[in-house]
Amino acid sequence: MLRFVAVRKRYGRQLALDGVDLDCPSGRTTVLIGPSGCGKSTLLRLAAGLIRADRGEVWFEGAPLAANNLRAARLRMGYMIQEGGLFPHLSVRGNVELMARELGWSAERRRARFSELAELTRLPAALWERYPLELSGGQRQRAALMRALMLDPDLILLDEPLGALDPMIRVELQRELAAIFARLHKTVLMVTHDLAEAVFFGDRLVLMRAGRIVQQGSAQALLQSPAEAFVVDFVNAQRAPQQVLAEVSCGARVRA
Amino acid sequence: MIVPSQRLAAMHQRFRPSRAEAVGEPITAALNHLWSNARGAALGLALMMLSLAVAAQPAPDSSISVGSKKFTESVILGEALTLLLADGGFPVTHRSGLGGTRILWGALRSGEIDAYPEYSGTLLREILAERSLSGMEALRSALAEQDVRMSAPLGFENTYALAVTAETGERLVLETISDLRAHADLRFGFSSEFLDRGDGWPGLKARYQLPQTRVQGLDHDLAYRGIASGRIDVTVVYTTDAEIERYGLRLLEDDRGYFDDYQAVLLYRADLAERAPRAVSLLRRFEGLISEPVMAGLNGRVKLDGVSEHQAAVELLQERLGLEVEAEPAGFWWRLWQRTFEHLGLVAVSLSAAILVAVPLGIVAARRPRLGQVLLGVTGVLQTVPSLALFVFLIPLLGIGWPPSVAALFVYSLLPILRNTHAGLMDIPRPIRESADVIGLTPNARLRLVELPLAARSILAGIKTSAVLNVGTATLAALIGAGGYGQPILTGIRLDDVGLIMQGAVPAAVLALAFQGLFELAEHWVVPRGLRSRPVTAGPSD
Repeated sequence: MLRFVAVRKRYGRQLALDGVDLDCPSGRTTVLIGPSGCGKSTLLRLAAGLIRADRGEVWFEGAPLAANNLRAARLRMGYMIQEGGLFPHLSVRGNVELMARELGWSAERRRARFSELAELTRLPAALWERYPLELSGGQRQRAALMRALMLDPDLILLDEPLGALDPMIRVELQRELAAIFARLHKTVLMVTHDLAEAVFFGDRLVLMRAGRIVQQGSAQALLQSPAEAFVVDFVNAQRAPQQVLAEVSCGARVRA
Repeated sequence: MIVPSQRLAAMHQRFRPSRAEAVGEPITAALNHLWSNARGAALGLALMMLSLAVAAQPAPDSSISVGSKKFTESVILGEALTLLLADGGFPVTHRSGLGGTRILWGALRSGEIDAYPEYSGTLLREILAERSLSGMEALRSALAEQDVRMSAPLGFENTYALAVTAETGERLVLETISDLRAHADLRFGFSSEFLDRGDGWPGLKARYQLPQTRVQGLDHDLAYRGIASGRIDVTVVYTTDAEIERYGLRLLEDDRGYFDDYQAVLLYRADLAERAPRAVSLLRRFEGLISEPVMAGLNGRVKLDGVSEHQAAVELLQERLGLEVEAEPAGFWWRLWQRTFEHLGLVAVSLSAAILVAVPLGIVAARRPRLGQVLLGVTGVLQTVPSLALFVFLIPLLGIGWPPSVAALFVYSLLPILRNTHAGLMDIPRPIRESADVIGLTPNARLRLVELPLAARSILAGIKTSAVLNVGTATLAALIGAGGYGQPILTGIRLDDVGLIMQGAVPAAVLALAFQGLFELAEHWVVPRGLRSRPVTAGPSD
């Protein structure tokens, strides 16, 4: 599905990626995690074709990404970022249906797909014709997710998708997103700096540091058999997942 | 006395549609295209270029165009000539109050005007200065080489003279120009033209060895107010100026014979004699007709009694030729409407063209930063060219009147639109741009569906700025014969008539406000609703 082969990327004098090999298997969620500046976002931006690798290749569906196949590849990707990246001049519907309209989908087909996604993301009909500025942060992310899923993409790229939300909504949306991805069997590549969030989503966690992959595997493996001292440091710097789980259940009880 | 039908015809000819009106249709066409798609816009631009080209063509042979300089005497003479030709059945227009000698001479040579009043001294010392001619006959034959004919003198001389107030003359005992040498601290105020021209101040200073250093340039009509209020001590006047008497000025004798003969004559194109021989014989009826007292009296009628130059011309024809010509039939509202039409035409066409050029250039500038810097730099430099200089610079290329005015206004409208288009596009947050890319939009679709709508407010603000500036700058177009609200302002300055200045200044201000209001209204159409709505302050939890 998506594979990075020995990619290097340099911004001026700073080396962002130093020969990274990574395979994102179909139907699973791969979470890139690490401190800021470790290169995780650079990796995601390479996959979206927003930047090009100095060396190495990004393979998508059996072909390296290049200028001539980039647009076709992008039509098979969904992209969602912090704050949603919604177009402020278009309503929720306008945002979600924009590309389908450009591709010449019929009005009925667009409408049907929109309703389906609204149900999936639980976005109330009252908000469908609102503009991004008239939505709360969580509503905006639901709309952004709808836009990312509109063309039924094979690969979903998420860059800190919940980073700007307050904790309660964040936890709620984490659960919903995880459920949606599990249900749709999508290949997901996600970037976060929050270990708890990574544990929540990740079949596979990829811990990065200074442009290199330090360790990859399940959350369990990362926590129980750290490959090097940095992994321990990184895990300890964050709250223990058990503690997070306790907070989550507490939060759920309060809401219920 | 003309019979009513003829009079009607003459009136109709005087108010036949000007060139600006003839292109009114393309203006609306261009405006319509403005708001439609880019292909339509290109067509609109082509249409506009075409209408510009058409407007630049000389008037058809049958009609006669009379010019005059921007001072009262010249306008009266031009108007009288125009009325006489109209009375003779010729379709004739008067392009009154044009900027200066060079502009008039250029227009005569290029055929944009067929005749205008001039002075022998100006011809000898300014226009044909390099020939060092002397005498009327030498002048006549030198002009003939350039296919220009000259009438016999009209009968009065309007030469330069230095003037002081009677009080200053009394106090310092000034009788002749030579007397000025003893008073080095006197403040001189001369018209800019006199300061620069060959037969003006530089020569005078040399001939009389004048020691004064406090010399400033100012408008001829303001010089009288300057000397009356005591801000300057000595100025230059024309000997037929009515103000000499009004302000009680003393003229200093030209004891070294510096100033030339400035015999008033009429110049006309050689081909006028072939095209319309009868027009030439009408024109020559002015020869020897107007004495100095008559001319000074007419100038006084306008400047002191406040009648229009048209009225003074009517009186001239009546008293000297026994011709009964109807006074200006156009009332205040009709004139206002005409000026509005002219002004609006200038603004609409130049602004539309600027939008069609500057918005695409702004897009290019945003896409290619280095080229963008060059584009912004060049338009910025163009903006700093003084408007009058640009008008005059464009005359050899585009003639007088409408084409150079529109071209200059177009140039001045570019920068605000270009800069705001550029800024509007550059201000779009990177995540938005990238989202548009990753979603799969092509660069063109991104521009059309995302970037232009988001930059709309900024672009519109730029257009609004340009429009308001344009309305103001367009008043200067009257200097080169394009009419508009500048016409009464110029005349008002010339006549020291605040009311007349207001007749141009007030509608210009109103028009500027109207444009502003119009664009604020347009914001509701052009700026997407999502950008206008207020963000929710306390968002409901999901």
